Amino acid sequence: MATTERGIRNADEVVREAEETQVEAPRDRIGTEEMILNVGPQHPATHGVFRLLATIDGEVLVHAEPVIGYMHRGYEKLVEQRDYRQITNLVSRMDWLSGINNEFPLWLAVEKLMEIEVPPRAQYLRVVMVELNRIINHLMFFASFGAELGAITPTFYAFREREEIQQALEMATGGRMHFGFFRPGGLKEDVPRGFFAQALKGVRQVINRLPDYENLLLGNEIFKKRTIDVGVLEKEVAYNYGVSGPIARGSNITFDVRKDEPYSCYDHFDFDVPYGTNGDCFDRFWVLVHEVVESAKIVEQAIEGMPTGPIVGKVPRVIQAPEGEVYVRTENSLGELGMYLISDGDRRPYRLKLRTPSYSNVSALPHVLENTFVSDMIAILGSFFFVLGDIDR
Amino acid sequence: MDIVLTDWQILLLKVGIVLALVPGVTLVAGYAEHKVMAHLQHRLGPMYPGGFHGWATLLADGLKFLYKEDIIPAAADKRVFSLAPFLIFVPTVLIYLVIPVDRALIVEDLDVGIFYLLAISSVSVIGVLMAGWSSANKYSLIGTFRAAAQLIAYELPIVLSAAVVAMLAGSLSLVQIVEAQRWPFLFWPPGIGLAAFLVFTGATIAELTRPPFDMPVAESEIITGPFTEYSGMRFIFSFFFPEVANMVALGAIGATLFLGGYRPIVPWGPLEVIPGVVWFLLKTSFMVFLFLWIRPTFPRLREDQLQKFAWKFLIPVSLALILAAGAWVLYV
Repeated sequence: MATTERGIRNADEVVREAEETQVEAPRDRIGTEEMILNVGPQHPATHGVFRLLATIDGEVLVHAEPVIGYMHRGYEKLVEQRDYRQITNLVSRMDWLSGINNEFPLWLAVEKLMEIEVPPRAQYLRVVMVELNRIINHLMFFASFGAELGAITPTFYAFREREEIQQALEMATGGRMHFGFFRPGGLKEDVPRGFFAQALKGVRQVINRLPDYENLLLGNEIFKKRTIDVGVLEKEVAYNYGVSGPIARGSNITFDVRKDEPYSCYDHFDFDVPYGTNGDCFDRFWVLVHEVVESAKIVEQAIEGMPTGPIVGKVPRVIQAPEGEVYVRTENSLGELGMYLISDGDRRPYRLKLRTPSYSNVSALPHVLENTFVSDMIAILGSFFFVLGDIDR
Repeated sequence: MDIVLTDWQILLLKVGIVLALVPGVTLVAGYAEHKVMAHLQHRLGPMYPGGFHGWATLLADGLKFLYKEDIIPAAADKRVFSLAPFLIFVPTVLIYLVIPVDRALIVEDLDVGIFYLLAISSVSVIGVLMAGWSSANKYSLIGTFRAAAQLIAYELPIVLSAAVVAMLAGSLSLVQIVEAQRWPFLFWPPGIGLAAFLVFTGATIAELTRPPFDMPVAESEIITGPFTEYSGMRFIFSFFFPEVANMVALGAIGATLFLGGYRPIVPWGPLEVIPGVVWFLLKTSFMVFLFLWIRPTFPRLREDQLQKFAWKFLIPVSLALILAAGAWVLYV
């Protein structure tokens, strides 16, 4: 373990040295003091209106305090005024990079309360769409993480691959970001002809080009220098903050809701859960890239074994959940998305508590950011893969 | 009728040519940067301005910058802030004075060519310091100190590797250096020439603050560092213009010092007919392409890693090269 935490230990030494010189030098000659650097809410590395109050000593970041809430839209209150069918379009705007993923737990919860049976074709199609969306999301973070480390080319690689899958989703839903395709008991409509071909084309393209990605970033010496042993998130800390998704799996937590608590038809598919052991930026990014492969595997299996039949189950004309409460969690692109639905028998939910992955993940940031370099701060922010709408909602 | 020009007229002519040439070269290189990067990333790059493959993109950009509001932050030190771009811009132009484009095609063949060149190219760091400090912006401050530390660290390998060349050539004049180089340029003397070239190129990229050594201006971290607060034409003259012009100038210097400048790559009859200007431009373009190629390939290093690379690797290597070159001159 001699090489681990190298970046952090270096920073420690620098801080100690700075403190020593401060004590020894007469005040009137050399005096160093800490400076508060306000990162964001308008900063290119925060992708959105995320703000970080960083106390820095030269290049060393001594303390960091995330400030969130610049984008709070009051969703938990808004949904109490909405019909269930209207909520689906609200929640898809939480994590805007994976819109269709957000719709999933909402309908799972409602279906559970109303005891609606979802036909197998709808279940399979849902999984296909969700996994396609996950690939799009992960490729986006592949692009942005590269850009934050100063590599500009990954952006163009990732967007080329995204486009094919975007087109597949567009064929079926007509949307590119907020799909609004899930309905109680199934889907809005069956997918058009050519959808499966397009989806497979996109997915296979991603798998074929993955070696390029590994050569470009994961195998790059400079990239390794910038990410290995930088921003280590220990397993215990990750547990304590409720970190989930690729970030937790980077820290050797092998939990994946799809695998450990299968919902919908995830138990029909054979896929692995990639995980890292060190919990540094490299591991988080490695997990993210390799989850793309697993998602692609699921999509291929689902399309191969696609059942025929109806795409909506037996659903009453009015969606009116009976009195009761239910908690449903799904594996969203960035972690565990939980929805706690309390119904008083009305057409609208009495209360819908949203447990969004980015919110919990970001809460571990101050711990990880302590005593790193300013440049590392950008790498760590990038490797925490958060979406602002998912934090503030 | 013979036209006899006085010294002053010649001087004016030279100044006029350089002042016209430098922006032209910058525009061409800037366009090349757009296009080379675009094609390396399988996209087309600018296609519309000017009609043919977007050749007028940079002119349109310049026009846009000209129309931008000239903002000086309220907290800035106004005089220093507005003086800084000139201190960055002028040394860039001055570098072009001593580059031998052909045997006789040089503005001033100074006896101390290399020395002048290295001295002038490090003046601009004062301008960068002024820009960053006077902006009254914390990001600029971080960027400024990164820039200062980096330029000091990388000035040394450049000077030392240039000294290797000067020792082997036995002269500081750039024309003399080109004449003294023997074929095959880069591989003569064996090992030393190539190693010095690699050290020089690496250090040059850092000196230019181009990726992967672009920490002082890192866009995703500190938002073009010292130049965060600059806008409009001031931004052009403090950041964009010097960056591209310096890239070409240092590429030309690399071509002159290591690749045999205006001389043909192979001393062979038919190739000797081609004018030296063409050879010089080809070699300079090769160097510039090298810089452009590296940019989309690598992520950015961290400042401390960069300093380690300079002080623990490049400088010892270039010192060893000086020893080797000295031994070569003395004993071979």
